[in-house]
Amino acid sequence: MGIYLPIAELSVNLIVILAMGGAVGFLSGMFGVGGGFLITPLLIFYNIPPAIAVATGANQVIASSFSGALAHFKRGSLDFKLGTVLLAGGVVGSSVGVYVFAYLRRLGQLDLIVSLLYVAFLGTVGGLMLVESLRAIRRARGGQVATLRRPGQHNWIHKLPLKMRFRASKLFVSVIPVIALGAVIGFLASIMGVGGGFIMVPALIYLLKVPTNVVIGTSLFQIIFVAAFTTIVHSTANQTVDVVLAFLLMVGGVAGAQYGAKVGQKLRGEQLRALLAILVLAVALRLAFDLFVAPASLYSLSPLRGA
Amino acid sequence: MGALRSVLPLFLAVLVVTGTPAGLAQEPAPQDAQPPAAEEPAARPDGEAPADAPVEPPAETRAARAPESIEIGLSTDKVSITSDFAGANLTIFGALDNADPLIARQGRYDVVVVLEGPPRPTVVRKKTRVFGMWINTDSVVFVGVPASYAMAMTRMPQDITDEESYRRLSLGADYIHLQPLEGETDAAVVARYREALVERKRAAGLYTLRVGGVQFLSQSLFRATLSLAPNVPVGTHKARAFLFRNGVFVRETSAPLAIQKSGIEQRIFDAAHQQSLAYGLVAVLIAMVTGWLGRLIFKRD
Repeated sequence: MGIYLPIAELSVNLIVILAMGGAVGFLSGMFGVGGGFLITPLLIFYNIPPAIAVATGANQVIASSFSGALAHFKRGSLDFKLGTVLLAGGVVGSSVGVYVFAYLRRLGQLDLIVSLLYVAFLGTVGGLMLVESLRAIRRARGGQVATLRRPGQHNWIHKLPLKMRFRASKLFVSVIPVIALGAVIGFLASIMGVGGGFIMVPALIYLLKVPTNVVIGTSLFQIIFVAAFTTIVHSTANQTVDVVLAFLLMVGGVAGAQYGAKVGQKLRGEQLRALLAILVLAVALRLAFDLFVAPASLYSLSPLRGA
Repeated sequence: MGALRSVLPLFLAVLVVTGTPAGLAQEPAPQDAQPPAAEEPAARPDGEAPADAPVEPPAETRAARAPESIEIGLSTDKVSITSDFAGANLTIFGALDNADPLIARQGRYDVVVVLEGPPRPTVVRKKTRVFGMWINTDSVVFVGVPASYAMAMTRMPQDITDEESYRRLSLGADYIHLQPLEGETDAAVVARYREALVERKRAAGLYTLRVGGVQFLSQSLFRATLSLAPNVPVGTHKARAFLFRNGVFVRETSAPLAIQKSGIEQRIFDAAHQQSLAYGLVAVLIAMVTGWLGRLIFKRD
């Protein structure tokens, strides 16, 4: 069953798109991530132009993070102050990102940079997560309790000036790394079409030592706004957000997340992390494959823009 | 599939069929002293049109006749792409005027019908290997590249006329006149990129060719069937029909055809381009409402 996408200007299979949203929703529900890092590459594999895949991915991320953040808001596992400071950086990063995006697109290097960023970030995060979770699994087998955070341990980040107190996170830390982290995530969000949860969550835990219970809620909270901002900037600067495509992905995603969450509750934390790491690495490898293996055709066409 | 359903609204019926073949045959204007009618059927009694037939009818006779012309009629001047559009066939009817019944009977009239998409400047990029990665390095910009090019013809291209004629008429994907924007002047490089452009367009299903896609229904009435790809570009297309007699180009006619998105699709597109800020805000709002409704429906905590 075909459906015509008004912005992408092509006809796609409705079932495939819904299934794609559902599968990603399932995984995002299972692992508690937004799923943007899966949606965008999947759309590109399905021949949606990368520029549209990225902008539409950002739009889809809003739906999944919004519904996730609502749950955390209800439980109170959300640090508004920390989220707001992260957001301030995110808005700056995202604005810069969208213009870099438009520039790369004119240059014809957008696909390359998007792929490179995906390979680099997914490869790094996936690799680190896999190592960490395998260690945790081994420790758990040995009978030890796995903990992610060792309180009282400080690093160079905690020596920076302009300190601010974040009560909900029980944190007294300089705003510089917080804003910088927000900016980096915002930049990646606009170029990669991701919410950035897969980078934000480890960064908050390992770099800023934010307690694990508020990390996901806070990360989701700020991702909603960064993704919303990215969506709006992409629509005004590049006109590449396809609402029809985004809506279909959201519908599939929201339904899939429900079942994913159920399966996720049955698995242990470190097992979940190991599975997520393998998934992340698989996406990175698939993208790297396209970069390094000779393409079927050396040539590609694109409309001339900004001329 | 959806393709079949979409054929119906796209079916274009003939508007203009002027004169009848019989009527045309009756008015052989000043026939000169030469009696060609006697010798021609003898030359090709089988009624088929062998391309290699060496005997040309006397030129004076041809000049003396009123020249043939070709007409195509579209019952509509616009085609709407609806949300279930998945590609379609487009049928165009046409007729020959003043057709020589003899040549028509021998099947020596050939018709080529083309639906040319809106011209768009297009960048052709080439990847080369840099540090082991395949990266876009060189590019050539062509202006006026038809976004799509669907062609149908009565017979194999080489059986209708020679390469030189196609080139002169700029007819056929390989012969379209494509101008590089500027800078690149090396003819060999331009030719290579041009070839790549056509190859990519073919791979995307935008440049198509249907041999036998034009069929004569009677001696002067023909029907052309063209393929519209699922990603057919919107805009003003140009339907063009070329008439060949004995491998010689006679006449061309054309008619515009607007391919546009249907109501809701067009409105979404217009909103995205004209009120892009409001469009972005609405996109965000839709996402939030969907996320919220999803939680209401599925309650997953």
